Amino acid sequence: MSVQIDEIRKVAKLAKLSIDESQVADVCDGFNQILTLVDKMQQCDTNNIKPLANPHDAKQRLRVDEVTATNERDKLMQVAPETENGLFLVPKVID
Amino acid sequence: MNIEQLTLSEIQQSLRDKKFSSEELTSAYLARIKNFDASINSFITVTGELALAAAKQADALIAKGGNLPSLCGIPLAHKDIFCTEGVKTSCASKMLDNFTAPYNATVIEKLNAEHSVMLGKTNMDEFAMGSSNENSFYGACKNPWNLEHVPGGSSGGSAAAVAAGFAPAATGTDTGGSIRQPAAFCGLTGLKPTYGVVSRYGMVAYASSLDQGGVITKNAEDAAIFLNAIAGFDAKDSTSIEKADEDYTRLLTDSLKGKVIGLPEEYFSDQVDSQISKAIEDAKAVLEKQGVTFKSVNLKTTDMAISAYYIIAPSEASANLQRYDGVRYGYRCDNPKDLEDMYTRSRTEAFGEEVKRRILIGTYALSAGFYDAYYRKAQKIRRLIKEDFEHAFASCDFILAPTTPTPAFKIGEKTKDPVAMYLEDIFTISVNLAGLPALSLPCGLKGDLPIGMQLIGKPFSEAMLLQAAHQFQQATDWHKKMPSLAK
Repeated sequence: MSVQIDEIRKVAKLAKLSIDESQVADVCDGFNQILTLVDKMQQCDTNNIKPLANPHDAKQRLRVDEVTATNERDKLMQVAPETENGLFLVPKVID
Repeated sequence: MNIEQLTLSEIQQSLRDKKFSSEELTSAYLARIKNFDASINSFITVTGELALAAAKQADALIAKGGNLPSLCGIPLAHKDIFCTEGVKTSCASKMLDNFTAPYNATVIEKLNAEHSVMLGKTNMDEFAMGSSNENSFYGACKNPWNLEHVPGGSSGGSAAAVAAGFAPAATGTDTGGSIRQPAAFCGLTGLKPTYGVVSRYGMVAYASSLDQGGVITKNAEDAAIFLNAIAGFDAKDSTSIEKADEDYTRLLTDSLKGKVIGLPEEYFSDQVDSQISKAIEDAKAVLEKQGVTFKSVNLKTTDMAISAYYIIAPSEASANLQRYDGVRYGYRCDNPKDLEDMYTRSRTEAFGEEVKRRILIGTYALSAGFYDAYYRKAQKIRRLIKEDFEHAFASCDFILAPTTPTPAFKIGEKTKDPVAMYLEDIFTISVNLAGLPALSLPCGLKGDLPIGMQLIGKPFSEAMLLQAAHQFQQATDWHKKMPSLAK
């Protein structure tokens, strides 16, 4: 499989990245080279093979539903770009 | 005191014997970093004042005597991927250049409880994506053996720092070879434990089903001592393995007599540099004298590993790196005109080229209509790779293979060709897909550049891999060779 420039633009939009128009052709070429590398997978017969998500085939460990975390709001918000009264500030979303 | 030669075990003993204090040792490492790191660039942040304060505390404990923690007073360097409270944790990205971690990674908590001393945070490929340490916002790190060559990556700064004698040992992380490959390129011992043995809590996520913390040291004994301090179940990491703690040094002095070592045919191909092949032949002769036998094994899905990895890792990365949105922490662009503009410009301005490339690949592979052809297919291949190893381990105790096809390549040699860079990881990637422990140790030199060989074990067989490496290091002195540094 290979992708065209329009598809690269669409994927970039989904990933919230913008690609400079002067670079989009190069990015597309590089992308297609990687697709050629990964498309080699299609030569491998994987019929009746179960996908492996965790290398130990482990299931998600559950814990008792009780409060464990302490409230560290102020400490955690110190690293935020912009805050006010314990809220994260972002550009206006609704008029 | 020749600090650049000192191993963890020698420092342990010397501190207890009061040959020098932790403060003296820490000062000596800081001075060496100051004198020589400008040309190597192995540290992103040097935490001199904190280090000296921690060293003084450790000295007070040592003066009191009694039962001291194993790493008490020992200076260490940490890959800048581990969150360190109050200290910049950048992951070598512009995105986190302004990020001071508000908490410690579990690995750091454990090392603080040991009263070890953090010298600073080491350079790496941005978000651990790379095999050369050239993808760093803070500039490439150089190989102390030859400054025109890469130290490997992504834990390149950790390996370069230990090779240069800036620290006796360093933490690293390994998602596709990021501990073993730089260890091989820098003449060091690097251990990637079984997936889930070292907690990932507070370790900035790249590809969560592959990421594993580990150690880069001067020898196998040090790796065992260091692993003892950082391994163990952690309820804060949902994939941490629930099992009793073990002493990874316990088998070090046992003989290798009777062990069967598997040699995977697929790892001994023409693509391996002839001097690396020769070094491994020599290493086999050493091991044979120690009573091991060799057996040919097959890992027939090896040629699919890189393809599967470059779907699984970027897919998980694209999901993990969604969190960098300029809202809660990290970089935010100037004067965003709306929310969409803030997300897009913050990410576009702050992520490096390789990180963006992998996010794009991952986003594509996970997008509607492509999931089965890519991510699901890659996960099926992942199972085949795991089964290959299980089959091989039915007839051998562990596997011996080259760590890399070539010694350290030149800076800039592969930056224009991402696929050529990806192929560098051909011998290390399968191990991560299968979640296995593996170790790289030095076994030769090509000119002035080190050669590494890799031991791969069954899940949770770290102690046996360390035993084999330690026994090999009793009979050889490749691990004692060091580069000479010029100012």
